[in-house]
Amino acid sequence: MNFRRIRRLAMAFLTLAGTLAAPLATADEAQRGRDGQVSILYWQAPSILNPYLSGGTKDLEAASLVLEPLARFDETGTLVPWLAESVPSVENGGVSGARDTITWVLREGLEWSDGTPVTSADVVFTWTYCIAEGGGCALREKFDGIAAIDTPDARTIVIRFDAPRPNPHVAFVGAQSPILQEAQFKDCLGPRAPTCTGANFNPIGTGPFVVTDFRPNDVVQFAANPHYREPGKPAFSEVVIKGGGDATAAARAVLETGEFDYAWNLQIDPHVLANMAAAGRGQVVSAFGTLVERVVLNQTNPDAAHGARRSTLGHPHPFLSDPAVRQALSLAIDRALLVEIGYGPAGRITCNLIPAPDIYVSQANDGCAMQDLDRARALLDGAGWTDSDGDGVRDQDGVPLSLVFQTSTNAVRQDFQALIKQWWSQIGVATELRNIDASVFFGGDPGSPDTFQKFYADAQMFAGAFDGTDPESYLSSWRCDRIPTPENQWQGSNIARYCQPAYDALVEDMREAGDIERRAELARAMNDMLVQDHVILPLVNRGRVSAHANDLGGVVLNPWDSELWNIADWHRKTAE
Amino acid sequence: MTLLSPPRPGHTVWRRFRRHRGAVAGAAVLGFLVLAVLLGPWLWSLDPTYIDVRARSAGPSPAHPLGTDQLGRDMLARLLAGGRVSIAVGLAAMAVSLGLGTLIGVLAGFFRRLDSLLMRLTDLFLALPVIPLVLVAVMLFREPLNHSFGPQAGIFVLVVLAIGLTSWMPTARVVRGAVLELKEREFILAARGIGTPDAAIITRHVLPNVASPILVSAALGTANAILTESALSFLGLGFPPDFPTWGRLLSDATVYLQDYPGRALWPGGLICLTVLGVNYLGDGLRDAFDIRGDAR
Repeated sequence: MNFRRIRRLAMAFLTLAGTLAAPLATADEAQRGRDGQVSILYWQAPSILNPYLSGGTKDLEAASLVLEPLARFDETGTLVPWLAESVPSVENGGVSGARDTITWVLREGLEWSDGTPVTSADVVFTWTYCIAEGGGCALREKFDGIAAIDTPDARTIVIRFDAPRPNPHVAFVGAQSPILQEAQFKDCLGPRAPTCTGANFNPIGTGPFVVTDFRPNDVVQFAANPHYREPGKPAFSEVVIKGGGDATAAARAVLETGEFDYAWNLQIDPHVLANMAAAGRGQVVSAFGTLVERVVLNQTNPDAAHGARRSTLGHPHPFLSDPAVRQALSLAIDRALLVEIGYGPAGRITCNLIPAPDIYVSQANDGCAMQDLDRARALLDGAGWTDSDGDGVRDQDGVPLSLVFQTSTNAVRQDFQALIKQWWSQIGVATELRNIDASVFFGGDPGSPDTFQKFYADAQMFAGAFDGTDPESYLSSWRCDRIPTPENQWQGSNIARYCQPAYDALVEDMREAGDIERRAELARAMNDMLVQDHVILPLVNRGRVSAHANDLGGVVLNPWDSELWNIADWHRKTAE
Repeated sequence: MTLLSPPRPGHTVWRRFRRHRGAVAGAAVLGFLVLAVLLGPWLWSLDPTYIDVRARSAGPSPAHPLGTDQLGRDMLARLLAGGRVSIAVGLAAMAVSLGLGTLIGVLAGFFRRLDSLLMRLTDLFLALPVIPLVLVAVMLFREPLNHSFGPQAGIFVLVVLAIGLTSWMPTARVVRGAVLELKEREFILAARGIGTPDAAIITRHVLPNVASPILVSAALGTANAILTESALSFLGLGFPPDFPTWGRLLSDATVYLQDYPGRALWPGGLICLTVLGVNYLGDGLRDAFDIRGDAR
C-alpha cells in the first residue's frame, strides 16, 4: 500500500474542497472526518486488538482507539472521567468512607459503534470475562480484590471489594482496563476466549474509531465511529496503524521522508534523532513517567562454584555486601553525562526509584547527581579496600574488587557500560562487560543462564516503571519473598536480592494506609531505603519519545496511559 | 655441471607468483595491514578503550587522525586493536580448520575403508548452517571457557574453535582428491613395494605433494574466518562489548551511518581489503603451484 500516494490524493482533494468551501470554513471545522487519513507507525506491530488477551503496549495502544475505560489518566497523571460522568471520590460520595465500595455512573446516552446502548451490564460482563476460569486474562491483577459488582440501574455500577482499598481506581481505569461489549463477547468466556478471532480482531467499542481491516503483525485500518459521543470528532475519517521495522526507520519515516504522521517509541541516540528533526518535517515530543534506568548490584554471590545455588540468599556477595563499596560505585557515576550522551531531552537525572508523581518523590537523595571520585576513593580506603598487590585493582583479604557488569544489547546501553567501566576503573574497581540479546535477557526463560532474573553477574543495568500513579505494588517488589530463586522458577521482581525486615514492614504499613499523605510518606521512606543502601543505583528517568509531523495537531503525549488516548482531538493543521 | 641442474622448485614458484600482479598486490596490502596491526600499538600509543567525552564524535585532527567515536575513543587506535583481534582470529581459526581438514582429507584419501565414513561426515558438516551453530556454541560454552581462560582469552579460544570446527570441510575434500590421485602414482607404489609403513609414506611422500592445495585453501579459509568473526561481532556475540574488533566497530557504526559514515567505512573497508588481499594471494599461490602454469 502506498501511503504517500493516498495522502497526496487526499490532500489534493481536500485543497480543492477547501477552496470551494472557503466561505463555510467555520462550519467545515466541526465536520466529523474532515481531515482525511492519519497514518501512524508502531515499529512493533499490533497482533491482537483485545487488551485482555495481550497486555503488550503495542496492542493496548492500538485497541485504545476503539475500546475505552470508565476513567483514564491525562498527561499530568490526573484521573479524568471518560465513559463515566465523574471520577468517584470520598468527597463526592462515590467511594464509601470505609473505602470498600466504589460507585461509577456512566455518561448519559452512550452508544456502541453498532448503535446499541452501553449499559452497566457491559461493565459487569467485562469483569466476568477477565476473571473467567481458564481464560488466560493478561490483566487479571486489575480486578484483584473485587468481591462483587452490583448494577442498581442501567447506568450505575457499584464495585464491592473484599477489604478496604486505599486506591480503588484500578478496575476499568486506563488503557489496560477498557469495557468490552457483552453482546459481542458473551460466547467467548474462559477457554473459548482466544478462539473468538472475529471479536478479538474487531472489537466493538465506544471510541472515536472502528476497525475496518486488521492484519495481525502488519497493519490495522480504522474509520471514524459514526456513533461517537462527541459531535464533530474525530477530525480524521481514517486511521492506519502500520507495524514493522525498527525505531530508527520509524523516526526517519516521520521526520525525514514525511511518509507517516506519527511514530511511537523512538529510543535512539538523541544526536541522531536531533539530526533527523533538523530536516524540519516533524517534531520530537517527549513526556516523563516513572521509567527509570538503573544499575542493580547483586547482594548474593553469582560465582559458578555455587552451582544451582549461585545468586541465591544463602551465599552473600563477597564485596557488594559491603555498603561502602556500593556507595563508592554510585558516587563514581556521572549521571549528567549519561543523560547527555544517551537520552538528551528524553532523559532526566534521577536519584530516586520513584521519579513521579511529585507527591511520592523524595528530596533526600539529590546529592547523587554530582560525581565525586575523590570521596568514592576515600570511602574505599576507609573500608580497608586498598590496592595491596599493585595491579590497579583494590582488594582486601585476597578478594579483588573485580565485577561482571551485564545488560541487554542496545547501542545506548553499551555506551553506558563503557563509560561506567571507565569511572569504576578510576576508583580501582575492575569491570568485565557482557551484553545479552534483549529477547533472552528479558525473556524470563528459566532454562537460560542469561536472564536478568537469574542475575549470574555482579551488576546489571535495565529499566523499570510502574503502571498508573500508585507505587504500592511496585515498591512491594523488593520484599524478601519476591527474590527470584530456583524454587519459584526464577520468577520474582526483587532482582537485587534485597532482604531487609524493616523494608518489608514498611510495605505492610503502606498496604493498610489510606490517607494519601501517609502513603506518600511511606513510599518516600521505602524509596530512600533502597537508594541510600545503594543496592539499586538509579541513573536516568527516561521519557516516552515519539515524533509527529508538523501539520498534525492536537497530539498530547501521555506517559500514564495510551499515547493515542486523545486521538479524537487530533487534526490536520491548516497552513497559515 | 651447473648448466644441467634444474632450477630449484622454490625459485620457480616465486617466479610464477611474481608474474601474477593481483597476487603481489594482495600480498603487499596484507603484509602492510598485518605489520600495521602488529606494530600499531608502538607507533600509535593511545588506549583504544579510553573514553574522552569532551572529544566525542570529533572529526579527523592531528590528535585523532581518523576522528573519534560517539564516546570520544580514538578511531585509529580502535581500528588497530580491532585488526589485531580480527586477523589473529582469522589465522588461528585457519590453522585449526587446516589441521583438521588435512587430517581428515589424508585419512579419507589414503585409507579406502575410512573414505565413505569420513566423506559422509564431511557432507554432514557441510549441511550444517554455520552461523546458528556458532551462536549455540557461544551460548553453551562461553561461561566454562571464561572461567578457565579469563573473559578475553576464553572467548578467543571459543570463537577460534567454533569457526575452525565448522570450516574444515572444503580443505578435507580438496586434500582427499589430491591424495586419491597421488596414491596411484609410481613413486608411492614403489615406496609401498619396498615396505615403507603407511605413516612414513604419508609424511614423506603424500604431504609434501599435497602442500599446494593445502596452502591455497589456507588462504581462502583465513578470509572466511575473518568474515565469520566479523559477523559474530556484528551480531553482538563473541567478544565483550568494549573490546574492539572490526566487526564490532562496524556494528556500532551502523546507527551513525548517515552522520558519520567514516566510522563504518573504515572497519568495513579494512575487512574488505584484508579478505580481498588474502583471496588474491591464494589465487596467486594456486597459479604458482600449478605445474601446467609453466607450459606457456
